[in-house]
Amino acid sequence: MEYIYGTWHWAISGFLIGLTMLVLTYFGKSFGMSSNLRTMCSMAGAGKFSDFFKMDWREQKWSLVVVLGAFVGGFIAFYFLSDGSGVVINQDTITQLTSLGIDAPNGKLMPDAIFSVETLQSPKGFAILLVGGLLIGFGTRYAGGCTSGHAISGLSNLQLPSLVAVIGFFIGGLAMAHFILPILYKTT
Amino acid sequence: MKLARFFLTGIFFGIVLTKAEAVSWYRIYEMFHFQSFHMFGIIGMALFTGVVGLQIIKRYKIKDYKGFPIHVIEKERGFWRYIIGGTLFGLGWALVGSCPGPIFILLGTGTYAIAVVLIGALLGTYIYGLLKDKLPH
Repeated sequence: MEYIYGTWHWAISGFLIGLTMLVLTYFGKSFGMSSNLRTMCSMAGAGKFSDFFKMDWREQKWSLVVVLGAFVGGFIAFYFLSDGSGVVINQDTITQLTSLGIDAPNGKLMPDAIFSVETLQSPKGFAILLVGGLLIGFGTRYAGGCTSGHAISGLSNLQLPSLVAVIGFFIGGLAMAHFILPILYKTT
Repeated sequence: MKLARFFLTGIFFGIVLTKAEAVSWYRIYEMFHFQSFHMFGIIGMALFTGVVGLQIIKRYKIKDYKGFPIHVIEKERGFWRYIIGGTLFGLGWALVGSCPGPIFILLGTGTYAIAVVLIGALLGTYIYGLLKDKLPH
C-alpha cells in the first residue's frame, strides 16, 4: 500500500499527467489551467472594463468543472491517500532552507514559513503571497499558458512558442530561487 | 450528465498532482536548485507520453469521442509575449511554488493561505486584460 500512500514515482506521475492531457484532447478540449483565471474574471463582470474579458464564459464551463474536480482530487489525495511519509527531499536542500529560516517538510507539502495562518497575517507574509499570485496571473495570461498549457500540451505538440515560454519559466524561476528568495528570507 | 467526465478527469488530475507532490513548494524549490530529479522526471515523462500520444492521434487520424477529427490548437507566433510573460510567471512559480492548477488543488488540501495567491492571480489576469493592447506581443 505504500505505493499509494507514499510519494508516487516520477515515471508513473508523469505518465498519468500526460494521459490527462490526452484524455482532454480525446474529449475535444485542450489542457490548460490558467485560462480558468480569465474565465473567472469574465464571470465577475470584468468585460465591462476590458474587451479581453468579453467572452461567453458558459463555453468554458467544462474547464471550470475540471478545476472543481482538481480541488476535490486534492482533498481526497491529502486526507485519504496520504500517510504523512511524503516530500522526502535532499538533505542539502533542507540545510539551505534552514539557513533561510524556512522549515523542513517533515511530511508537509508547504512550508509554514510561507503558508501558515500566522505568516499570512504578517504584512510581509501576505505581500509575498499576493505578489506571487499577481506574477502568476499576469505572466500566464501574457504568455498565453502555464505549465499545463505550454510545458505539457504545447511542447507535446512540438510548438516553438511553448519552448520559448518554458525557457522564460526557467529564467524567472532560477532568478527567483537563486537570487531573490535569499534576499527575501535573509535571516538577520 | 455532460460535465461528469470533466469532473472525473479533474479529480484524477488533482490526485495525481498531489501524490506526485508537484503541488509542493519544496519540490519546485529543489527543481530550480537542481537538487532532485523528481520534477524533471515528471515533466519529462509527461512530455514523452504527450508527444507519443499526439503523434499516434495524428498519424492514425483518431477521432474524438463524438467522432469529430481531433484538431490540436497551434500556438500563435510571437516571441516577446512568451519570453516576458514566461519569465514573470517563472518568478511567481518559484516564489509561491504553485502554478494555476495546483492553486486550486492546494485549496482542497487545506492550504488556506493559497487563497491569497488565487486572489493575486485573478488580479494579475485582470491587470493583463487592461494593459493587453499596450504590451509587446
